[in-house]
Amino acid sequence: MLHSKSVAFFVGLFVFVGICALFFLAMQVSNLSSFNDRESYHLIAKFENIGGLKVRSPITVSGVRIGRISNISYDKNNYEAIVEMRIDAEYDTFPTDTSASIFTAGLLGEQYISLNVGSEDEFLAPGDELELNQSALVLEEIIGKFLFSRAEERASP
Amino acid sequence: MKFEESPIFAIFERLGSKAIGTLEKLGRSSLFLMRIFCGVFELLRRSGLLIVQLYSVGVLTFLLIAISGLFVGMVLGLQGYTILSDFGAEQTLGVMVAASLVRELGPVVSALLFAGRAGSALTAEIGIMIVTEQLSGMEMMAVDPIKRIIAPRFFAGLISMPLLAAIFSMIGVLGGYFVGVGLLGVDEGAFWSQMQAGLDFREDILNGVIKSVVFGCVVTWIAVFEGYDTVPTSEGVSRATTRTVVHSAFAILALDFVLTALMFGNL
Repeated sequence: MLHSKSVAFFVGLFVFVGICALFFLAMQVSNLSSFNDRESYHLIAKFENIGGLKVRSPITVSGVRIGRISNISYDKNNYEAIVEMRIDAEYDTFPTDTSASIFTAGLLGEQYISLNVGSEDEFLAPGDELELNQSALVLEEIIGKFLFSRAEERASP
Repeated sequence: MKFEESPIFAIFERLGSKAIGTLEKLGRSSLFLMRIFCGVFELLRRSGLLIVQLYSVGVLTFLLIAISGLFVGMVLGLQGYTILSDFGAEQTLGVMVAASLVRELGPVVSALLFAGRAGSALTAEIGIMIVTEQLSGMEMMAVDPIKRIIAPRFFAGLISMPLLAAIFSMIGVLGGYFVGVGLLGVDEGAFWSQMQAGLDFREDILNGVIKSVVFGCVVTWIAVFEGYDTVPTSEGVSRATTRTVVHSAFAILALDFVLTALMFGNL
């Protein structure tokens, strides 16, 4: 058995390295460094079809991430998906006619919401609803439409 | 022929006594765990006991965990690269390596190694104390052996396990980084940024830590109980040590499925 002081030293070193490893995993490996419980506010957008959108998917303006999706639910009365967006409080100057579109990062990448800034003078307040939203593009629908149009071209020369 | 002598009776009798024996052992081990937890206040006053055990349980397992983590991470980097590059997706190597390490391999492999390295040592140590009647001697001197001998070992295992799993994951990620970025030429920025975008702190890291705490609790519980429950012969000690490793491995893998289903699955 080692001297008790050096035992304590090695134990201290071990615990220190272990905590450093946890810290490393939190900061470097996961998104904790960009994750913030900072001030934020909610906006709501309704879509006919949200495609593969998920909770925590990013929300961007001009390609810059300004928030995340906090909740997705379904409105059974209007047959629409309700997407709750949590947006950082510093970005609170969106005109009331701002609209939301669902895009895909890359051909098969994850889907995200992009806000298209409007031109009204008044700003959206927390809890407001975005109108004029563009649903997700579903690849199968596009391919289906493309095939249909080709078939029609053939049929009417 | 009386019914008591028929072979059907014998089969059910054996099954029944096995079942009763298992239940009895489960009950004894649960009471044992409760008595360990009662020893936590005593342990706070005598932190020296805990530190010595942290050394023999945690620090001495450190090197094994670090080296295994390095190689597991490097293999993941290599295997992941060969498959991902077929799809032109080698940029996502970081996510693959980190997610598989943090979610599964880190807690599970380090718990298996921990059971083999520290768990078996704990069982053998306590078992030999039973064989040489050291624990009975302590009881004679009105020292509670559970508080004095068992509780420090149990809590040392409980504390060490999440730290070891975190070290395993960290070194594994660095090993994957070394192979992926250093040797195979994956873009460094994509490696880290995709990893950070793909892994969530609560979903992945915290769940991995919870897993390793559960595994640490179960493995050390099995180890100290098997030691305490040893049949006091040299053969008994060897059987108890074997049982510790086997039961720990079963418990880890089965619990891992349950925990994964609860945390990540939609069962």
